[in-house]
Amino acid sequence: MSTFAARAERVAAVAARHADAVDREGRFPEEAVAALKAERLLGLQIPGQFGGEGAGLVQIAELCSTLGQACSAAAMVFAMHHIKVSSLVTHGLDSPWHGRLMERIAREQLLVASSTTEAGIGGDLRNSLCAVETTGEVFALGKDASVISYGARADLILATARRHPDAATSDQVLVALMADQISLVRTGDWDTLGMRGTCSDGFRLEARNVPVEQILPKPFAEIAAQSMLASSHLLWSSVWYGIATYAVDRARAFVQAEARRRPGQVPPTALRLAEVSNAHQAMRGTIVSALRRFEDAHGDADTIGSVGFCVMLNNLKVTVSDMAVEIVRGALAIVGLAGYRNDTPFSLGRPLRDVLSAPLMIGNDRILANTAKLLLVQKGSGQLMSA
Amino acid sequence: MNIAQDIREILGSNEAFAGKADQLSEDDSLFDRGLDSFGSVQLMLALEERFNIEFPDELLNRKSFSSIRAIREAVSTLIQQEAA
Repeated sequence: MSTFAARAERVAAVAARHADAVDREGRFPEEAVAALKAERLLGLQIPGQFGGEGAGLVQIAELCSTLGQACSAAAMVFAMHHIKVSSLVTHGLDSPWHGRLMERIAREQLLVASSTTEAGIGGDLRNSLCAVETTGEVFALGKDASVISYGARADLILATARRHPDAATSDQVLVALMADQISLVRTGDWDTLGMRGTCSDGFRLEARNVPVEQILPKPFAEIAAQSMLASSHLLWSSVWYGIATYAVDRARAFVQAEARRRPGQVPPTALRLAEVSNAHQAMRGTIVSALRRFEDAHGDADTIGSVGFCVMLNNLKVTVSDMAVEIVRGALAIVGLAGYRNDTPFSLGRPLRDVLSAPLMIGNDRILANTAKLLLVQKGSGQLMSA
Repeated sequence: MNIAQDIREILGSNEAFAGKADQLSEDDSLFDRGLDSFGSVQLMLALEERFNIEFPDELLNRKSFSSIRAIREAVSTLIQQEAA
């Protein structure tokens, strides 16, 4: 087992112990996040020159899946943190301030949150109403952030905003705001069916006198196209794969226990398990082929930002999020009442409620509508093994 | 055929550049001026129709549509390929 895997297993053990309490109380998975920091897994992606371990997205994806089997909320916090870190690693290398920030993330194991969603805009990542207001060498920013996942617990927030008060809503920048530079007033509570521990409350965010060097030099449009879209869909998918895997493991254990009780007979549920296992393998294949394509692109911005790559990532998200729900529901059907109850070793209520968020976080219809536009120009390659 | 002028004309029919296409320099970033993903798809379609070309997948990226110069270079290459 690789060192990353062994460290993730130790965190997963902690996360699993507290997962029910995190869900029941709708609280931040603090034990799991403390364990992530203790195992130094928050700085993994940071390049060696800044004191990190230079891990790639594929390695992070594996850890997302491991954590997803233990506690969906902890896994999603880990994924969202690394989605933000991937933007810093991809676009912040030439900026001295962001280089120092990466050093601090690696050394102090800082937790990074994201603020893109805004009242009046909703979840449309590529538009903002709020704007950076620069005076000399500093700026101010006020944002009605209707959702900031674990915003109150993060050490810093990367927030989108218009470049200046007269800029178009799509002319955005990404700014790094340290927790001690902002005030957050809670404007909405995160009381949800599942994924309760991400604590994605709404906030009024106010920042004043922030040095302009904390604005990432690249336009957010490029950051979104070249790192965020890929890292979001790849890492979310890996978390959902972890949740689905946990459910399949429960169903398999249940069917095998039945088989042991009645030697010589194949339990009727085994056929359903075969179906679920089939879907689970197809889900894995979809994610692994997307991760391979990402690896093969070697960070080339033109490849990752191309129409074909974007269509592939959109399809990944839609397919995998729907399959994850289908698989966990299928597992519940196999396990039956023992899965429906909250107090058995086969309980599947929490993972089912958690995974129902998958088709909704960036709604699949919104993604399909975006794919529909891209398909107006995309050309096919017709090859099995390349693209 | 004045490709640059045709490109400006097409850009002028795009929401983001209506009435402003003539003020764009060859190297202005179209994305910074408000070209969004749907706008760039519309732009690609209009260019394909106007010049009777097809952008292959490897040219369907942000760089090819980032400025009037980038578009002109991509279009010229494709026109030459069609003619060859």
